[in-house]
Amino acid sequence: MSDLTKLSLEAALAGLKAREFSSVEITKAHIDACMDAADLNAFVTTDFTNAMKSAESSDAKLAKGEGGALEGAPLGIKDLFCTEGVKTTAGSKILGDFTPQYESTVTANMKADGMVMLGKLNLDEFAMGSSNETSYYGSVINPWRKDEDLVPGGSSGGSASAVAANICLGATATDTGGSIRQPASFTGTTGIKPTYGRCSRWGVVAFASSLDQAGPITRTVKDSAIMLQSMAGYDAKDSTSINKELPDFAAACDKGVKGMKIGIPKEYTMDGMPKEIEDLWQQGIKWLEECGAEIVHVSLPHTKYALPAYYIVAPAEASSNLARYDGMRYGERVEGDNLYDTYERTRAEGFGKEVRRRIMMGTYVLSAGYYDAYYLQAQKVRTKIADDFKRAWEKCDALLTPTCPSAAFAVGREVNDPVTMYLNDIFTVTANLAGLPAMSVPAALDNNGLPLGLQIIGRALDEETVFAASSALEKCAEFTAKPEKWWV
Amino acid sequence: MSEDNSGVTAETVKKIARLSRLHVEPDRLEFLADEMNGLLAWIEQLGEVDVTGVEPMTSAVEMAAPMRKDEITDGGVRDKVLANAPKTEAGYFVVPRSVE
Amino acid sequence: MFTAKRVADKKDWLSGRDHDWEIILGLEIHAQVASNSKLFSGAATEFGAEPNTQVSLVDAAMPGMLPVVNAFCIEQAVRTGLGLNAQINLYSRFDRKNYFYPDLPQGYQISQFEFPIVGEGEIEITPESKNGDGEPCIVGIERLHLEQDAGKSIHDLSPDETYVDLNRSGVCLMEIVSKPDMRTPEEASAYVEKIRGIVRALGTCDGDMEKGNLRADVNVSVRKPGGELGTRCEIKNVNSMRFIRQAINYEARRQIDILEAGGEIHQETRLFDNKKGETRSMRSKEDAHDYRYFPDPDLLPIKITDKYIDDIRADMPELPDARAARFVEQYGIPAYDAAILTDDKAKGDFYERLVSTGAKSRDAKIAANWMMGDLFGALNKASIDLDDSPVNSDGLGGLLDLIGDKTISGKIAKDVFEKMFEGGAKTKESAGEIVERDGLKQVTDTGAIEKMVQDVIDANADQAAKVADNPRLIGFFVGQVMKASGGKANPQAVNEILRKKLGL
Ligand SMILES: [Mg+2]
Ligand SMILES: [Zn+2]
Repeated sequence: MSDLTKLSLEAALAGLKAREFSSVEITKAHIDACMDAADLNAFVTTDFTNAMKSAESSDAKLAKGEGGALEGAPLGIKDLFCTEGVKTTAGSKILGDFTPQYESTVTANMKADGMVMLGKLNLDEFAMGSSNETSYYGSVINPWRKDEDLVPGGSSGGSASAVAANICLGATATDTGGSIRQPASFTGTTGIKPTYGRCSRWGVVAFASSLDQAGPITRTVKDSAIMLQSMAGYDAKDSTSINKELPDFAAACDKGVKGMKIGIPKEYTMDGMPKEIEDLWQQGIKWLEECGAEIVHVSLPHTKYALPAYYIVAPAEASSNLARYDGMRYGERVEGDNLYDTYERTRAEGFGKEVRRRIMMGTYVLSAGYYDAYYLQAQKVRTKIADDFKRAWEKCDALLTPTCPSAAFAVGREVNDPVTMYLNDIFTVTANLAGLPAMSVPAALDNNGLPLGLQIIGRALDEETVFAASSALEKCAEFTAKPEKWWV
Repeated sequence: MSEDNSGVTAETVKKIARLSRLHVEPDRLEFLADEMNGLLAWIEQLGEVDVTGVEPMTSAVEMAAPMRKDEITDGGVRDKVLANAPKTEAGYFVVPRSVE
Repeated sequence: MFTAKRVADKKDWLSGRDHDWEIILGLEIHAQVASNSKLFSGAATEFGAEPNTQVSLVDAAMPGMLPVVNAFCIEQAVRTGLGLNAQINLYSRFDRKNYFYPDLPQGYQISQFEFPIVGEGEIEITPESKNGDGEPCIVGIERLHLEQDAGKSIHDLSPDETYVDLNRSGVCLMEIVSKPDMRTPEEASAYVEKIRGIVRALGTCDGDMEKGNLRADVNVSVRKPGGELGTRCEIKNVNSMRFIRQAINYEARRQIDILEAGGEIHQETRLFDNKKGETRSMRSKEDAHDYRYFPDPDLLPIKITDKYIDDIRADMPELPDARAARFVEQYGIPAYDAAILTDDKAKGDFYERLVSTGAKSRDAKIAANWMMGDLFGALNKASIDLDDSPVNSDGLGGLLDLIGDKTISGKIAKDVFEKMFEGGAKTKESAGEIVERDGLKQVTDTGAIEKMVQDVIDANADQAAKVADNPRLIGFFVGQVMKASGGKANPQAVNEILRKKLGL
């Protein structure tokens, strides 16, 4: 039965429905795999006892021919989603043993659809990072490795690692500047950040509210479609939630790209970017062309300003969003000499270095005298970036770009150089700033045998085109490589 | 680097840390100032963009705020509200004294 | 931003060592919107609940919780804006004001900074003056914006800790900012009274100052009359009209003393201690203010239409100014009385019930006098709100009817009123019942009065003899007869009969 962990989510759901195996069996297989994979440090908290209980209740439903779209499937949840009665950490020390008394809308949707939750997946602290090295609960290790431990990317590194290592059939993730797509690219998995407003942010620990968006990390494009269908949907509790009916994402995967216009933005390249990535991009263009797409060349002239704009907007919002972690109502309080001292010690000891750095930057750019030069300027540049895309949509239906400027790198290599670390998100962050759907698809291995992804960016609310183009890429790429299982 | 973009000084870091309610050891101030200046030097390039007449983008969704009806649909969950508190007493949160 | 063109009347200047001073006053009023639920959450707003029982996870700023705007609050802001004759903005926005405090769970207050929902407007106030008749003046409104209230910190339950109750956290406030157009403590309190009257008439805020549902921050500065503006200090949360006047008087004098001693005023927030009648500094010295306002990314802009505003306008109740004008016209009472009787909705309603309920319509001027004199006097003395008055409009009306049909004299009526007021809610005795019970009915039977008059003349024969020479002595006889009748004799009849009998 051990190969139950190798199934796609789609195949597993079909098998469960056909009663080829039970939820208890497939859940047990994943729990065993999780326990074997402790070295990856993908989980902050496991909840196997409850997982087995949900599996049993799923089996009861499936036996009666009932059950939801995810019935009985063992999945992982990024530890940024609040889960009722299960400790939620956001990868931070400051939350202590915080146990939410509520369930995020996204995970509530998935539970209503019958998901079996294996546990809470590790992440960069408050989703701030591109390597999963900022977690208070330790670095996550990429199942792909050469001679040394590699990072899985971040911030959804636990989710990506778990899906790549076959210890979850799929996982939720969040993406503020690339935190779904970059780790997907680093681990040979697939992930989509939907249009801003598709997934409710209610109950998801906030990093940067105007950029945060939940999405899945899975093994196939179709799996992402299935998961997103369950995660997404209008939620009156989130004022930025989009009140539009969801299209059938899975059906969109089979639409093909015949006649579709794919834009190639000339600015999506970077000094020092490995030639393999440039080549893979060209390969991607060829694949889509062969599938019947029309290739057009477009320009997104403000691309190079996206990352600096992001590093103003995101820390600014974060500095305010993280003010609530003060040790007064929940989380760890470090008693000081007086109230101020308690605040300052609680927060200095509770937040890690990267989080403190971003809070300071965010406070600075919002402070009197700097607001206009930094924050307001960044918001205006954001408008220009969004306008770049709007102009591109006059010429094409979707864009094809590399997901990242590099493959996974060694643990510890970039952690002390913030700007180098931030450059990981250079191709992904534009979609967050403009609120657009974007997906990373594993497309090839580099010379070192490490996975590389390609990215499809679509119009707002047009995930269907993104799924169709990604699916076409997936078929052409025939990416089937799996990491060698070194961790048992 | 900090000389070129002498925006952030140790004094600035101290002020920002205080506004952020983050304790910083005095011997770290210079280092943090340098680090912030490094990041700001990189961010400065945004100034190149001509934004005359451009409206700031404050949200990725182009809608007006949705509104709810004035109905009591929540509250009455004191146990949940206090469940994770470091200290409570008689239904109150208990915090360090906030007045002298 | 602000200019202060108007110069106070000379009589309102404060004397100083080298020159006189004038006070410049601007007010920020926080008025709690009379909504059932909070501005951004579905928790109740009711006053006086057990601690933390009216708190949602949103109000407690749990991780991942998000605000959703209460439509009713937006509507009340617009309604109030119309009541202030102010510009209503079709586009407004919520911003975050960032600062740390234990009763501010989010670490920021959601407020409106750059784009408030209501812009400039103006109202007319009639401040009380010593001779009981004030000159109306105009006060400009700078803006009205919506924001969240904070929770409550309680410092007296433990010697070294603070207890926090978040029931108020997230309650919707309208902050109404005036221009610095007031010059005397009386103008400031009349302004608050006026705003209170408007919001109560509109029903947008219950105006209960004791519960803190309407509170004022007073910005005080002093200057040489007509001179350059001085540095202002803000006195926070003053919660009665009397305290507002006291606080201003104290603060103006404090500032003058500092300036005359060669000192400088530092802009700061101060607190009014109503026990000592003083203001004192509130914030500690090193506390840097930098609120880092920015648009709340969890919320989208508020966009309303002209049609939305027109619909609210079409549904506006009569406001105090209009009502006062109508009272003058309809009931023929003086403008000053009309202003007082309409500055609060409950007063106007009481008055109209008093004047126009019942079979016979009552004398409007007498009704006004009774309300403004006896009733308000008694309520004031007992610190009771008109809404809770032990004598309601029917009760007072019944009393006026007894005066009107001469069942009792005005003098007896005062005693009856006192009894009604004291017995009040408990006994619910009507004026008629009290008069009946205590035998206070006016004696109009001329036979009985004639007898009493004769008795008094007989008992004071020598005085009676002098009346012809000294007609003013009649007053003595009236007094004696009234006394003999226990005040019940109809004074007019007594007068007539006396005159006849004494041959005047
Ligand atoms: Mg990232
Ligand atoms: Zn305010």
